Amino acid sequence: MTDSKYFTTTKKGEIFELKAELNSDKKEKKKEAVKKVIASMTVGKDVSALFPDVVNCMQTDNLELKKLVYLYLMNYAKSQPDMAIMAVNTFVKDCEDLNPLIRALAVRTMGCIRVDKITEYLCEPLRKCLKDEDPYVRKTAAVCVAKLHDINAQLVEDQGFLDTLKDLISDSNPMVVANAVAALSEIAESHPNSNLLDLNPQTINKLLTALNECTEWGQIFILDCLANYSPRDDRESQSICERVTPRLSHANSAVVLSAVKVLMKFMEMLPKDLDYYGTLLKKLAPPLVTLLSAEPELQYVALRNINLIVQRRPEILKHEMKVFFVKYNDPIYVKLEKLDIMIRLASQANIAQVLAELKEYATEVDVDFVRKAVRAIGRCAIKVEQSAERCVSTLLDLIQTKVNYVVQEAIVVIKDIFRKYPNKYESVIATLCEHLESLDEPEARAAMIWIVGEYAERIDNADELLESFLEGFHDESTQVQLQLLTAIVKLFLKKPTETQELVQQVLSLATQDSDNPDLRDRGYIYWRLLSTDPVAAKEVVLAEKPLISEETDLIEPTLLEELICHIGTLASVYHKPPSAFVEGSRGVQHKRLTSSAGSGESVESPDTGSAAVSEAPPTVIPSQGDLLGDLLNLDLTPPTSTGPPPTTAPGMQLGAMDLLGGGLDSLIGDESEPPPIPLRTDTPQSPQPPHQSPSPPHYSPTEVAPGNHTGSLGGDIGGSPAMGTGFGAPPAAMPASFNAPISGGLDDLFDLGGGGGLTMGTYIPPKSVWLPAMKAKGLEISGTFVRRSGVIQMEMTLNNKAMSVMSDFAIQFNRNSFGLAPAGPLQILTPISPNQSIEAALPLSTVGPVMKMEPLNNLQVAVKNNIDVFYFSCQYPISMLFLEDGKMERQVFLATWKDIPNENESQFQIKDCHLNSDAASNKLQGSNIFTIAKRTVEGQDMLYQSMKLTNGIWVLAELRVQAGNPNYTISLKCRAPEVSQCVFQNYETVLKN
Amino acid sequence: MIGGLFIYNHKGEVLISRVYRDDIGRNAVDAFRVNVIHARQQVRSPVTNIARTSFFHVKRSNIWLAAVTKQNVNAAMVFEFLYKMCDVMTAYFGKISEENIKNNFVLIYELLDEILDFGYPQNSETGALKTFITQQGIKGQSQTKEEQSQITSQVTGQIGWRREGIKYRRNELFLDVLESVNLLMSPQGQVLSAHVSGRVVMKSYLSGMPECKFGMNDKIVIDKQGKGGTTEDTGKSDLGGGSSGKQSIAIDDCTFHQCVRLSKFDSERSISFIPPDGEYELMRYRTTKDIILPFRVIPLVREVGRTKLEVKVVIKSNFKPSLLAQKIEVRIPTPLNTSGVQVICMKGKAKYKASENAIVWKIKRMAGMKESQISAEIELLPTNDKKKWARPPISMNFEVPFAPSGLKVRYLKVFESKLNYSDHDVIKWVRYIGRSGIYETRC
Repeated sequence: MTDSKYFTTTKKGEIFELKAELNSDKKEKKKEAVKKVIASMTVGKDVSALFPDVVNCMQTDNLELKKLVYLYLMNYAKSQPDMAIMAVNTFVKDCEDLNPLIRALAVRTMGCIRVDKITEYLCEPLRKCLKDEDPYVRKTAAVCVAKLHDINAQLVEDQGFLDTLKDLISDSNPMVVANAVAALSEIAESHPNSNLLDLNPQTINKLLTALNECTEWGQIFILDCLANYSPRDDRESQSICERVTPRLSHANSAVVLSAVKVLMKFMEMLPKDLDYYGTLLKKLAPPLVTLLSAEPELQYVALRNINLIVQRRPEILKHEMKVFFVKYNDPIYVKLEKLDIMIRLASQANIAQVLAELKEYATEVDVDFVRKAVRAIGRCAIKVEQSAERCVSTLLDLIQTKVNYVVQEAIVVIKDIFRKYPNKYESVIATLCEHLESLDEPEARAAMIWIVGEYAERIDNADELLESFLEGFHDESTQVQLQLLTAIVKLFLKKPTETQELVQQVLSLATQDSDNPDLRDRGYIYWRLLSTDPVAAKEVVLAEKPLISEETDLIEPTLLEELICHIGTLASVYHKPPSAFVEGSRGVQHKRLTSSAGSGESVESPDTGSAAVSEAPPTVIPSQGDLLGDLLNLDLTPPTSTGPPPTTAPGMQLGAMDLLGGGLDSLIGDESEPPPIPLRTDTPQSPQPPHQSPSPPHYSPTEVAPGNHTGSLGGDIGGSPAMGTGFGAPPAAMPASFNAPISGGLDDLFDLGGGGGLTMGTYIPPKSVWLPAMKAKGLEISGTFVRRSGVIQMEMTLNNKAMSVMSDFAIQFNRNSFGLAPAGPLQILTPISPNQSIEAALPLSTVGPVMKMEPLNNLQVAVKNNIDVFYFSCQYPISMLFLEDGKMERQVFLATWKDIPNENESQFQIKDCHLNSDAASNKLQGSNIFTIAKRTVEGQDMLYQSMKLTNGIWVLAELRVQAGNPNYTISLKCRAPEVSQCVFQNYETVLKN
Repeated sequence: MIGGLFIYNHKGEVLISRVYRDDIGRNAVDAFRVNVIHARQQVRSPVTNIARTSFFHVKRSNIWLAAVTKQNVNAAMVFEFLYKMCDVMTAYFGKISEENIKNNFVLIYELLDEILDFGYPQNSETGALKTFITQQGIKGQSQTKEEQSQITSQVTGQIGWRREGIKYRRNELFLDVLESVNLLMSPQGQVLSAHVSGRVVMKSYLSGMPECKFGMNDKIVIDKQGKGGTTEDTGKSDLGGGSSGKQSIAIDDCTFHQCVRLSKFDSERSISFIPPDGEYELMRYRTTKDIILPFRVIPLVREVGRTKLEVKVVIKSNFKPSLLAQKIEVRIPTPLNTSGVQVICMKGKAKYKASENAIVWKIKRMAGMKESQISAEIELLPTNDKKKWARPPISMNFEVPFAPSGLKVRYLKVFESKLNYSDHDVIKWVRYIGRSGIYETRC
């Protein structure tokens, strides 16, 4: 029988002919016609016009014909819902058929037809089928519940199917159990908090029993479900592990990987000194290695997972390096992954073998692979100090091959080796310089320039080399330009006599002829440093650099923990949390590892406590150094009148971030606490990835350059030729409407007392010291932010601790995330005499220039008086920006909540809060956080709240308060998820005060 | 779970398209065609994410199979399922080709409906499937009630891979120990890595529901028995000949067909099972210790100036002189700019194949403890290419009639209590074949 003929009909009038055949009296002809229809459907032709004719064929005893018609129905019922009703009767009848195969077929197909009217009729047959005497029907019905839930979740709950499904977990047939587990797991994913699966020791026991009996696929469903269970103690954990380990010998790799997942997870609970713990570790290695002899696609999945396992528990595979050696015929994706794991496993013990392999790989054909191999050699050098010398000589050998991309890659890694082992391998510089011309990739050029600049004193013709790059300065990419600028400044500081011209040339290129703010800013800083105090410049630019860390490309620990819980799944292949690639509600819950309590293992997994604690950024006021760059930036670029909302435009992370994030860290050394810079930033000065912020400031110029330097720097600003306006100029004109209520600082003081009633409930953070006297020549400023009847005010106390009178105050803000700007000048009318303090209130508007700050609510301020200009930064509570009309309509709320993609959702814990939900709601209302609805589910109060930011961003919140539990859970959803962290902090401060 | 499954020919035309989940639209079919098949590049990842939809793809000859999903599915399971799907199709209609798929598309849809429900893989053992899905249309009309319930209990039951009531006049079984020996050797003859991956394939023609027990010279079992002093199993039912070689071997790891009771293996290290009918793979294993490397390749490459290479390769066979290796093939890669080759070999035939950039030297048979040699002169065209020739390794293929790992089958016992035949009545055959896997020597 050949069916291929059905594919060949391409005549015109085909549909008409088919119609005739479908209505033929002859059974055979009918069947032929339906086959033709299915063939057309497969290749993508629209045969929906034949719907009634095909459905007419449904009432038949011929099972094959029936199956074909069902297939057609599944495809087209949705497009013809009214016609689909015609099929209902047959379905219902088939569900009563004597043959269990037909009963199952009917219920299976019905579940696939997503038409409401059919779904209504599905309930009764489904109920019967769930209790059918035949296991085949029951296992099909179990899956059908999941189908129905996907179409109409409410219906499933109302009809009580969930309970029936739960009962099936105790079914006598292993396949029914497995399918019930699969269905329940899927449904549970869309109800993160329902205790649907209700995993308890009894059910676990049932699942473990079924595990021994069901099909390979069933074993996977059960193991994946087991992985979600949290054993009560280490003994239970061990007994489950013992019953899962036999699965490691299954021929199906997915069974093995799912078993590995369960073991990796439950192992966290076991005390490390337990004998069993060691046994388990030993048992895990062989099956993981065996996975590498599977088909290449599975090898790839296995390798991606092994990459995670090796990061979490390096001891498992530390002796298995050889199995990761690349085979000549491996597909490229397997090769690249193996290479990654080889580097992770490299240690002093095996480094010789590894290096020999890597050298071999560096001569292969695939460019990506070769590059990665060369890079790997560099990483070995950094990781295993004893091997560094051998690595360097290997790299030099490779450079001799003169293969363009090999040379470039080698130079990039050699630069890292120089940073790791300063003053050790500089003898190779001469060889490197020979290849200067062949470098055409920005990264390699930048690396080479860095080397020339760093070792300028040892390279005779450093000036010529750098000058040769300067000719095409404007055609270079930014990283090369920045590198060149720095290198020439270094050169100048080392050999000032011969290179003055060169440095002037590069400074003018960078500052006057460039549109790039990063470059300009860096140029100006150097310029000023060099012109004011060359000694300081030397200290700054030629300072010692922080060491680079050994381990590279490690996955961030919290993400790693989450991914370990997803071993075997797509998340582990992508190395991304499911929320990053799954739409809808599924897979949003963040899984974490739970470690045994109190067995001293908390060091192992430091963040098991709560997400909130570890994620909250340190609320330190950034040291003054950060301001430097930003405030200089302030006047150089014309302010945009009303910038777009900062959080929606990722491109807003402008130059200042870069400069501060890491741009300067190698220019300006830091004696205090150099944070290790991950090697990921491949050029030494390239910025740290922004997501790593908030990181502690990388340097503090107050230490590098003592106080008077900062002062003179600031004082110089006005006189600098490149500066447009100094700080003396008054800020933007005050909007008229603000004039009336604010007459001056003193009046405002009264306002504060009198207006108390108005702001009842509003939480006002206590004043904190923003600018200590010792940093500002005796001026101490402390302050806070207040929102009063829609007006944001910055309330400050200025305290003169100096010996002389202070006057001529003015204030200015750096661009910030929400465009906060003074709405009027700072009203300090009388000079402040020594030891006098004065209150001042500054109304703020939100129409100033916008730039994203880190943290988001950071505000950098410059205050000027007759003595000097001072800089400080402070953080405002984000509730200052919550508008009074932030209460959303219920429907709008619901729609918006659904509409915002799930990856924008973030969850936090608020600990130790002893308010009930109503009190909390009232308190929050004072800060313009409005409760829209309240729902009580199983003793848990859910508050749905909304707030609106001044720039029009809505934040939606779901606050869960459990009676008697001082820990609140809050989920925030916002189109601009960056604000969530700030909003959460605000919640915490408001609720706790 | 799996949202849909598509099968394409090499041109990207859809042969089979079955959608299981609502979140997968028809455009997914085209997205894969455009982004993967038509890209005509080397596949750089077997999982491709296009517009938040993940495609798992596998290629069999000219045919692409793609499973599609938008959820965080178990990736290993999806690939295992795709392989299984290929096995099932092969079992039903032979080679997976465009023609065969088109000829059997109704059958394939039926199978897909049965083995994948809402994206969840169901019983996919061909033994069970064939009881109710056949190429001659579905059985079912003429079945009695007993037959029907027998089918359903088998499909869902504990022994899903075997049906009841099988009868043979002659109870017979064949065991093949198939090993592939892998080697990576440095030019100096140092073993960089070597392992054997072996499979025990069983063909069983046994009546009823036989209970089987399989034994081999597994070090752990032998050591245990040595201590215990029981020799009950050894000797009498020894099938392997046990003539020479090691007493026992260390198995790094092994995996079993789902018929094997894993918990029993874990606790007692005994391999007991009820086998499927016909041919199947009982176990896979891997060893790395004390491997017999059947051949040693000694390369010598000399560059004479810029336009000439001299290559000399010696191969030595390293096993008992009474055994014969077959289908020996040595592949010596040549540079891309080769213009001519002269070869001299003592034994077999050697040819330069320009299209494969290699000299292929074939020897039909070679006894153990022998040695043979080939030498070649390679003329090169001068090139401007700065990049040196990568010198791919010299690879070898062969087949030897023993297991390079040293594995021996000690017994395979059959018990069937309900039918009147005993272990002695079963005719058993054992065969050992060692093949080259990736057997490479760098030069």
